[in-house]
Amino acid sequence: MADRILLAHGSGGKLSHELVRQIFLPVFDNDVLNRLDDRAEIETSGVRLAFTTDSFVVNPPFFAGGDIGKLAVCGTVNDLAMGGADPLFLSAGFIIEEGFPMELLKKIVESMRQTCDESGVKIVCGDTKVVEKGSVDRIFINTSGIGAVPEGVSISGSRAKPGDKVIINGYIGDHGMAVMAQRQGLTFKKDISSDCAPLNGLVKEMLGVTKDIHVLRDPTRGGVATTLNEIAGQSGVGIVLWEETLPIRNQVAAACEILGFDPLYVANEGKVLAVVPADKAGRMLESMKKNRYGTESAVIGEVVSDHPGRVVLATGIGGHRIVDMLVGEQLPRIC
Amino acid sequence: MNMRFLKEYRDGNLAREILGEIKKISLKPAKLMEVCGTHTVSIFRHGIRDILPENINLISGPGCPVCVTPNKHIDEAIELCRRPDVVLTTFGDMMKVPGSGSSLAAEKAEGADIRIVYSTMDAVDIARDNPDREVVFFGIGFETTSPTIAAAVLRAEREGVSNFSIVGAQKLIPEAIRALLENNEVGVNGFILPGHVSALIGIEPYRFIASEFGIPAVIIGFEPVDILQGIHMLVKQIEAGEARTEIQYTRGVPPGGNPHAMKILFSVFEPGDALWRGIGSIPGTGLKLKKEYRRFDAVGRFGIEITGDREHPGCRCGDVLRGVKTPLDCGLYGKACIPENPVGPCMVSVEGTCAAYYKYGMRRSG
Repeated sequence: MADRILLAHGSGGKLSHELVRQIFLPVFDNDVLNRLDDRAEIETSGVRLAFTTDSFVVNPPFFAGGDIGKLAVCGTVNDLAMGGADPLFLSAGFIIEEGFPMELLKKIVESMRQTCDESGVKIVCGDTKVVEKGSVDRIFINTSGIGAVPEGVSISGSRAKPGDKVIINGYIGDHGMAVMAQRQGLTFKKDISSDCAPLNGLVKEMLGVTKDIHVLRDPTRGGVATTLNEIAGQSGVGIVLWEETLPIRNQVAAACEILGFDPLYVANEGKVLAVVPADKAGRMLESMKKNRYGTESAVIGEVVSDHPGRVVLATGIGGHRIVDMLVGEQLPRIC
Repeated sequence: MNMRFLKEYRDGNLAREILGEIKKISLKPAKLMEVCGTHTVSIFRHGIRDILPENINLISGPGCPVCVTPNKHIDEAIELCRRPDVVLTTFGDMMKVPGSGSSLAAEKAEGADIRIVYSTMDAVDIARDNPDREVVFFGIGFETTSPTIAAAVLRAEREGVSNFSIVGAQKLIPEAIRALLENNEVGVNGFILPGHVSALIGIEPYRFIASEFGIPAVIIGFEPVDILQGIHMLVKQIEAGEARTEIQYTRGVPPGGNPHAMKILFSVFEPGDALWRGIGSIPGTGLKLKKEYRRFDAVGRFGIEITGDREHPGCRCGDVLRGVKTPLDCGLYGKACIPENPVGPCMVSVEGTCAAYYKYGMRRSG
């Protein structure tokens, strides 16, 4: 292990996993944390609760399609929703650099309220710290959230089974490339907007089709590739992706070509990967397409018993290649 | 960027059609070398090795500029960046490449003023804005980047920016291919020639591959349909027992290249000896500053002399660059040498053969 923290330790990829497993887990060691899901599930007085936390350091704090406030609410709401939980209450912690314009803070707070309203959650406690100029870059936000897990729902990264289909609710790579294009000053005929959105409404409708959804995961840092690798590893199965079915906007594909990124590794903030039994996939897709955050949903692959722990891409020209987890740091401070 | 091109040149049906043609005619064993790292990455990314018939074997060559830069030049850059008056500017890929005892990334962490630039012109700007500092550009690359380095030297001279200089480690592609062929270690049956370099130099400098060595060579684009079409052109020649130098990538490469850029390049530089990692010094394969521009040579200006440069004893980058070994033959690959902690440059650069093998999941066990 490196003797200093590298940016790649925060990438969501291989080094992040190493950091969690070698530094945090052995010390905080307990049965809830050790499951390593996106949220903790705890049962107290007969009620199943989901609990999660997330910090946001995106640069720049305002970008096409969103801002750090919207991101901070969506991120935590989505982490709860990925366990099938109904998000209920959030906390909000602000770390602000001395001199930050009050006007911008108001905009961020208003954006948080709008996103809370849409997703039906309340911010019920909070904290503010202000640090000297240069001690933090403009503004960082932490949110934590709790939600209630409905009866009969058992969603986990370890439940993917051979034969299951992999569905995504739309275009991949929008958030990462929107932030990157903004940083690089790239403009396109049709600008790229972040896909940042609260997905608890969509997930609720999906659970209406069947409670037997095996896995839900939001492909944020590290992108679709890293998330599917996590699922393949946790479930001990292989996953095959079909390149031709991957929904990617033209301008995102173009930006990726110019900047040398692979859209499979680019962050999303309004996407969910669902692993569902094959016989439910058709109805699931139909239902997802009716939701405003799922109109471009597509079946992009399937779970297989071959090559356990690995994700393989069937390329558009008929070849195959292994899609590994993100190695190193693709885009620091993407969320 | 026009996305129509991307779709057209990644069209699955077209690719399958060309592949069918290749399979129909290809009988002889064919060892094809892709000289350029961009080809290596594209071949992996689209799974091209996987679909070709078994008698066609693709091997990677010396076309990653970061990878072929030997430790001596990296040590020179490190020596320079340790001087308190120096700002070292470099392409980002060079940061993590280990030299004999350190790397630019490690020096930066120790406090050296090292700045990543996207163009040599940015380095001239930094020099102009910091007249009390010496700004050195670490010049690596092939004919694609060298004209810009030449243009930067010309601009520095025109604008009287006297605190700008370069570590010149640039190389010439066709002469490197000649050196490989003269060594005759690999037995290449055909060359996949790089599209980008060729857009600058055109087809003429490669003619010797066919005329002197009797080996087919085709300048090929970087999309999967380009690559398959180019392989088809090579296989046709191989099966017919012919040897010609051809252009598949006609939309990017005019036969005469870009004479304007080459004129700028050779107004500042002239061919000279170059040190290649794993190959050694080859006369005429590098670029040295012409006499009238020699004051822009940082190594001379600061009297840098590297004597104790050495490469990691287990690192097989040199053999990989010559196409003699694949990363899977290296004892360090995937164990001591991984992208997070690279031992050799081929694991650092995104276009390095080892990095491409690793990223696309080539492991010893599988």
